[in-house]
Amino acid sequence: MSIIRLVAREFFGMFVDDGNLALLALVLVAAVAAAVKLLAMPPLLGGVLLLVGCLAILLQSVRRAARAVKR
Amino acid sequence: MQTLTPILPTVTAAFLASFVEVVEAFTIVLAVGVTRSWRPALTGAALALALLAALVLAFGPLLALVPITTLQFIVGVLLVLFGMRWLRKAILRSVGVIALHDEEAAFSKETAALSQQANDRRADYLAGLASFKAVLLEGVEVVFIVIAVGAAHGQTLYASLGALAAFVLVMLIGLAVHRPLARVPENALKFVVGLMLTSFGIFWTGEGIGADWPGADLALLAIFSIVTLASFGMVRWLRGTYPVSAGGFAR
Repeated sequence: MSIIRLVAREFFGMFVDDGNLALLALVLVAAVAAAVKLLAMPPLLGGVLLLVGCLAILLQSVRRAARAVKR
Repeated sequence: MQTLTPILPTVTAAFLASFVEVVEAFTIVLAVGVTRSWRPALTGAALALALLAALVLAFGPLLALVPITTLQFIVGVLLVLFGMRWLRKAILRSVGVIALHDEEAAFSKETAALSQQANDRRADYLAGLASFKAVLLEGVEVVFIVIAVGAAHGQTLYASLGALAAFVLVMLIGLAVHRPLARVPENALKFVVGLMLTSFGIFWTGEGIGADWPGADLALLAIFSIVTLASFGMVRWLRGTYPVSAGGFAR
């Protein structure tokens, strides 16, 4: 049983390191998907927003980490 | 016949990501083999590989039941999370905010732990368990990477070959040098893998929501270029804005 728990924890940890980054990425994907499916936003624009959004989230995450260490 | 455009990034991503993971597992197996004996080291590693193979055989065929756009979306989202996690760490390591992974240190730590257990009557079992855990946990990541970069475009075979090549290469180098592979530029590899997996993730999530990327698979290269430029820009900006003092937490 502990092996299953170990693998499950490892699997979860593969995707979530900075919880804030993971949460924002999921919110971004959900928002873009909703906009495409429900508001008829062009899917290609959705893809571009996804690219820009991911980079913005990454920038915010690394900036926060760097600032925390400098303090 | 498939073109090289999607195959090359798939094989490269699977190879590089697996290489990093296999190096980490190899360090622990080597520590067990050198400190205790090769029997528990290899038995633990073999059992872990068998369990991983069983998991792949059990769950792999289920992927064929998922519609391709749904699969691309799910795999894409998971790759965005996974790739950005690697990329974030690689960027922070590049600027010294978090310490580089050190295979020599990992080897010493494992060796010290095993030495403390040397008089335990379950020492062989504990050593085998350490080897088993290392291979299983790193192997789970390899399996995910192979499935993730391969499944969404029906290229699991190519991704598997990339991972297999990494495994063989690490074993050959390991057998030759018989010590932790500390000179592997691990952060540079992780940086490249983070860039590739994040790009794959954005590309497939986009396809999953119906985006018809201009240039089809060539758009993957464009996304990769943009993510790469942005990431190097972040490294440069962080170095200038938040210089980390030497001798502090970071290195």
